[in-house]
Amino acid sequence: MQKITREQLIQKASELLENGTVSAVLGWGIGEFDYDVTPTVFSTVEELRNGFVFNDFCGANFSKYLVKKTDKIEGKILVFLKPCDTYSFNQLLTEHRFDREKVYAVGIPCEGMADIAKVKAISGDGIAAIGSNGDKLTVTTLYADEPVVIAANDVLAERCINCKSKKHVAYDELMGEEGEVIESNRFDEVARLEAMTADERFAFWQNELSRCIRCNACRDACPACTCEKCVFDNPNSGVENKSPANEFEEKLFHIIRAYHVAGRCTDCGECSRVCPQNIPLHLLNRKFIKDMNDFYGEYQAGAEVGSRAPLVDYTTEDLEPGEVFDRRENNA
Amino acid sequence: MRKCSLEKINLLFKEIAKNAELYLPQDQTDGSAAYKKWEEGSVWSNALNTVRSPKDFFFPQTEDLMAFKTEGKNIEVIDTRKALDDFVIFGVRACDVKSFDILDRVFLSEPVDSFYALRRSHGVIISLACSKPSETCFCKTFGINPAEPTGDISAWKTETDIFFESNTQKGKELLEKLSALTEECDDTAVVDQKAKIDAIMQKLPLKDLKTDAFGGGKTGELFNAPEWDELSEACLGCGTCTFVCPTCQCYDIKDFNTGNGVIRFRCWDSCMYSDFTKMAHGNNRLTQKERFRQRFMHKLVYYPENNDGLFSCVGCGRCLVKCPISMNIVKVMKKIGGKKGE
Ligand code: SF4
Ligand code: SF4
Ligand code: SF4
Ligand code: SF4
Ligand code: SF4
Repeated sequence: MQKITREQLIQKASELLENGTVSAVLGWGIGEFDYDVTPTVFSTVEELRNGFVFNDFCGANFSKYLVKKTDKIEGKILVFLKPCDTYSFNQLLTEHRFDREKVYAVGIPCEGMADIAKVKAISGDGIAAIGSNGDKLTVTTLYADEPVVIAANDVLAERCINCKSKKHVAYDELMGEEGEVIESNRFDEVARLEAMTADERFAFWQNELSRCIRCNACRDACPACTCEKCVFDNPNSGVENKSPANEFEEKLFHIIRAYHVAGRCTDCGECSRVCPQNIPLHLLNRKFIKDMNDFYGEYQAGAEVGSRAPLVDYTTEDLEPGEVFDRRENNA
Repeated sequence: MRKCSLEKINLLFKEIAKNAELYLPQDQTDGSAAYKKWEEGSVWSNALNTVRSPKDFFFPQTEDLMAFKTEGKNIEVIDTRKALDDFVIFGVRACDVKSFDILDRVFLSEPVDSFYALRRSHGVIISLACSKPSETCFCKTFGINPAEPTGDISAWKTETDIFFESNTQKGKELLEKLSALTEECDDTAVVDQKAKIDAIMQKLPLKDLKTDAFGGGKTGELFNAPEWDELSEACLGCGTCTFVCPTCQCYDIKDFNTGNGVIRFRCWDSCMYSDFTKMAHGNNRLTQKERFRQRFMHKLVYYPENNDGLFSCVGCGRCLVKCPISMNIVKVMKKIGGKKGE
């Protein structure tokens, strides 16, 4: 259950629209059910009243939309940012991907978002309604006689279980109370994979990646993937491919994707959230983050604008490639 | 009608698998279901449906069409087609069975796609009625009845038994081979289940979705509808909706350079992609709005125009569940269709 309400957000957005601070609002649009929320641009108070929602299913990270939307809009656009979204926001600014002057960012607190698949795993399919009350979700289904009451904590999205920060690192205005950077357990699963033998790890990824349908949703949702033309879409690149023809191609795409966002990935979790095949892409990203932390010192992409990621920076303390290799040998 | 106790279902699978490869929905490690080949020890999934649709059996994501081998100035053309054995797909839902009709009209009309035709002729389909439709199901909108799935054999599963009825010669022959494991029975239990499914269908949230605003001849009216801007606003241009869809049928033909030759293959394409139907002059759909519109106009206007009014959506709900931004054909139909969509 979120501490900030839909009404408060609509009121804030209406104020900013009416006093001319912004000309449009990027927010969450109501769906057919209580959980299928669509990122939506609202231009009037009436549109907000009719179509704006804020609930436990507002996971979508709006930062990347700013790249396209700021180009299209006269005046400023209001964007609501959860703490994790603000890291992506900063990272995009570091990469000069949108004009900061055209955005009015409102930081909003977040209690963690729910994963509808986890809800259904408990309540069963055939959702009729989902209500939210305190730290509980009340799910009415077509099949259960009584509504099923679920603890919100039991259905948190993976990235929210391992939330790295309740602190907003960018905003023009903050609603609610500011939080703290938190100690998460987000590298535990990576450590578990590291402890495997190379063969076990290979089998793990083979199994996960074998489900990939190369829909590109992970790439297209990723705020770090903003190339005008991805090599995988470019027939002149030599590696363009539309579908994984074999196990090699299955992995090639993911290895390149993960390398390309290394040092720029804020661990926002969008890639894993949108994957229709539940592939734990965050584990690839976190492996890179963990290694960079170990090898070059703690670094959080997007924590501030303009910081230089370890892989594009040089200091005399940097360890030599050979040392990395030796450590890997010792770990194997 | 014949029935088999669910206690004996694995024996039944084993019997089918003696003569043909058997595929059925099985749970994967991530909790979702996929069609997998049956082997001793395989467990039939309870999931309502699979993430990937069974169109894969007839129209796989990638398929080699031919190959060329070069040696000096010689080019050898290699036929990559392979002989195919019979296979059985078990547990196909009514919506997905209907999707085969929609694909047939594309691939089996002249000029017949021999790759598709070969697979289609070797497949036997055992369908399964849906006792627990999801809120995302809207097959009824397209005249599909989940209580009466078609296919070569129709099946209904109750708590204790599974019931079969054959609809085609292929189905009859397969059912005859299973006679030792099944027994003749009356249809009381099945009639009862059909009534229960009908009752549930009346409660589904999308039960009143209508197609009245769509169909052949509507291009002029709908193509420039202002709603497309808003609907496509947040679309990421990923291929999720098209790749999970049982009726999406577009493909690209590409050459893979092997160093001393070329493998020419086809792979699924998506109208949501920026290079879809790219030609020498460039792309004919430059914005995501145009690409987005193509997907829905194809399903709701162009396809019916060329296919006696048949829509190319079966209401399976996969795109509702899987779109990263929760934009989908239902929202399009309601918005564009206005009152007629409800
Ligand atoms: S979103 Fe998932 S299925 Fe789609 S390309 Fe990425 S990993 Fe593959
Ligand atoms: S790779 Fe995934 S977690 Fe990292 S920035 Fe991109 S979407 Fe977010
Ligand atoms: S409608 Fe959804 S699934 Fe389809 S391309 Fe757009 S974002 Fe992807
Ligand atoms: S458009 Fe969506 S609901 Fe219709 S058949 Fe395709 S995936 Fe299913
Ligand atoms: S759309 Fe209809 S046929 Fe398909 S799974 Fe749902 S209820 Fe069954």
